[in-house]
Amino acid sequence: MDVYRPPLDDIRFNLEVFGYAERIESIERFADFDLETAMSLLEEYSKFCVDVLKPLNASGDTVGVRFDPADHSVTTPDGFKAAYAGFTENAFNTIPWNPEFGGMGAPFSLSTLASEVLIATNKSFSMCTGLTAGLIEALEAYGTDAQKEHYLHKLVSGEWAGTMCLTEPQCGTDLGLVSTTAVPSGDGFELTGTKIWITFGEHDLTENIVHLVLARLPDAPPGIKGISAFLVPKFLDDGSRNPIFCGGTDHKMGIHASPTCVMNLEGAKGWLVGEAHKGMRSMFVMMNAARLNVGIEGVALAEAAYQAALAFAKDRRQSRSLSPKKQDRTSDADNILVHPDVRRMLLNVKSTNEGLRGLVAWIAMSYDVMHHAADAAEREKAEDLVALLTPIIKSYGSERGFANVSESMQVMGGAGYTKDWPVEQYMRDVRIAMIYEGTNHIQALDLVGRKLPMHGGRLMRVFAGEVTALLRECADDPRMAEFTGPLKDESKRLNATTMEMGAAASADHEVIGAVASNYLNQFALVTLAYVWAKQAKAVLELDEADPKRRSKLQTARFFYQMVLPEAATYARKVAVGKACMTDADPDLF
Amino acid sequence: MKIGVCAKITPDADARIKVAADGQSIVLDGVKFGISDYDEYAIEEAIRTKEKHGGEIVSFTVGDASADKQLRSGALALGVDRSVLVTENPGDPLGIAKLLAAAIQKEGGFDVVFTGKSTIDQQNFQIGTMVAELLGWAHVTQVTALEFEGNQFKATRNMDAGIRQVVAGTLPAVISCEDGLNTVRYAKLPDIMKAKKKPLDSVGAGAIGGDAGAARSSVGNLAPPPARPAGRMIEGDAATAAKELVRLLRDEAKVL
Repeated sequence: MDVYRPPLDDIRFNLEVFGYAERIESIERFADFDLETAMSLLEEYSKFCVDVLKPLNASGDTVGVRFDPADHSVTTPDGFKAAYAGFTENAFNTIPWNPEFGGMGAPFSLSTLASEVLIATNKSFSMCTGLTAGLIEALEAYGTDAQKEHYLHKLVSGEWAGTMCLTEPQCGTDLGLVSTTAVPSGDGFELTGTKIWITFGEHDLTENIVHLVLARLPDAPPGIKGISAFLVPKFLDDGSRNPIFCGGTDHKMGIHASPTCVMNLEGAKGWLVGEAHKGMRSMFVMMNAARLNVGIEGVALAEAAYQAALAFAKDRRQSRSLSPKKQDRTSDADNILVHPDVRRMLLNVKSTNEGLRGLVAWIAMSYDVMHHAADAAEREKAEDLVALLTPIIKSYGSERGFANVSESMQVMGGAGYTKDWPVEQYMRDVRIAMIYEGTNHIQALDLVGRKLPMHGGRLMRVFAGEVTALLRECADDPRMAEFTGPLKDESKRLNATTMEMGAAASADHEVIGAVASNYLNQFALVTLAYVWAKQAKAVLELDEADPKRRSKLQTARFFYQMVLPEAATYARKVAVGKACMTDADPDLF
Repeated sequence: MKIGVCAKITPDADARIKVAADGQSIVLDGVKFGISDYDEYAIEEAIRTKEKHGGEIVSFTVGDASADKQLRSGALALGVDRSVLVTENPGDPLGIAKLLAAAIQKEGGFDVVFTGKSTIDQQNFQIGTMVAELLGWAHVTQVTALEFEGNQFKATRNMDAGIRQVVAGTLPAVISCEDGLNTVRYAKLPDIMKAKKKPLDSVGAGAIGGDAGAARSSVGNLAPPPARPAGRMIEGDAATAAKELVRLLRDEAKVL
């Protein structure tokens, strides 16, 4: 039973709370995209996702993709090809792209928030357009004019799809180990090597596939500083087949309708993107957007799972309320919503997920501001927030997302574990989000090792400034005290943890590896506390009887009383440092 | 061809409807609105007719001034060229039909006007027929297939018990559209942007020379359907339970 409805009301609410009108609509290039228009776009997009993509989600999971070794082809499950044609025909894939190449020129924040609905209705499908988006971003930033002209029109329209070919059998997280080679040939290069885990590396949705491949030139310095990026199309301009072949697809725990391919390059023709040996730059361009999107995967499937759990709970009668007053004498058992623990589980999911959605809205809009705002100081501030909070969204969003799908399943008891409901699929599909696009620990290292020290600690000061500004705005409002008090305390604690961790890490780098993951979670909870305070403040403007006001305030309260206390635990874990891990004798493992 | 289409703004099909305290209307707060489902088939058919025969599409709506939002995203973004919104609130279907007919006449020159077979809020099944009668045009209800040739049309309509009737006639005509006539398209996102700039005229009854007149019928009372009674569990093993189920369906429910 699938009950999912796109949470467009909450998306709209968060766009308002985090200043869509002031921050985005005020940017000249986005003047046409007022909030009403933006919501019209999201409504039509969502309608298509629910009508067309959602019905293919379970069948795609059951059938999976089919690889034929005879011709290296990959066939997507029934219905995907037509759905892709419909999706691109309606330009749902073109929202944020440059009109010069056929895009709508709409805010990135809109396509980002829309992607929650796309992922919730069909995560496998979303992987194809998601990877193409990454390639478009990299090309816009580092492609030559000729490359842009040649590739972008068809990538934006969706006639062609894109991939990212990074990983090799011996190199996953550590890309310095890339060994695929590129040797000069004619007007380009010939590439040879094997890439693995290539999402939509081969498929039947588009007439051509353009791969962005990391490889080494003959004169490349060793390690990460010797990596270059190349464009390698499946079909060349003369129609001939470029020798980049799928050697097989992986059999995975989830996202069965998304082909994960081994790609063999057998002297495939390629063209350099950006400067030689600086290929990692092109990768980092699309990294923020891609990581933001992975965090959204957690939000999307947690929302879908929550809706299923809620529908189940509202219908299910089991046992008696422990409060005699709440017992329904007309029935042999009470609705399970009378049980505090069922409410605890549902609110755990709801409060963290609505907080994460707000965080995503805030940072996605900051992404637009960072690229397009007229004021340089505003752009810099937005860039700092994007850099600082993207690893938090990716890591906490995916980790909490997985936990939230699991918690939703728990609400449903055995029913949630069966294929009668979609939650078990969500759980398999969302698990990968903690792993790919930089494992969650890599996100934590990025936060602690790169983002905190960046610009002399400026990023953290920008975030703290936002919290302080909110606390000041609410100082005279006694209704906000239940939120501002703990927010202030936890911000202070985060600050203290950051200072102590910094001191310990400067004496011993290994400490970072031991504490970073817990530190990220502590930081994430403070960030969500900030988001919930912003949401609470916004709904206090509404009429007291307004259901949105009551729902948001109660959920905020739950977050502050039942979830935020976890921050102190993470702080204690950071404080103990590395010894309990590093002192362990190797024989222990 | 000059093509007209009538479109009403109603609560969404999946909106949760509550009866208001007056017992005669529904609570509108928090309800999402859209173009009535059958009117969406009418819009789709208008667009397909234009794609095949060329021409222009004008939509007509009697409703609230706030309807422009739904008309832009649900009609103009799909391919309607311009919209006329008559901002009146007549008390009965005849009043609505009079205003629609007046607006259609004022605009003039139509070959065909499409309507839904009914609207999903009131379900009166009257508008198309009344508009046709007021205009003095040919009219077919519940159409599931349609062709035009010159000034002739051939329409297939659904009757009870699966019988299909084919009706031929001369234009101009009012065609009321049934589920199955077509599949409604999605708006292309760039067309939603273009729709913001398409003409949408909000007019009062006076501007179209229309008059809804006094209502001849009124809503007495609205009530939600009675709550569904609890189901009955049939005891026993499969064979006994199946026998009992058949007996209940035949003797008590009388559906077999």
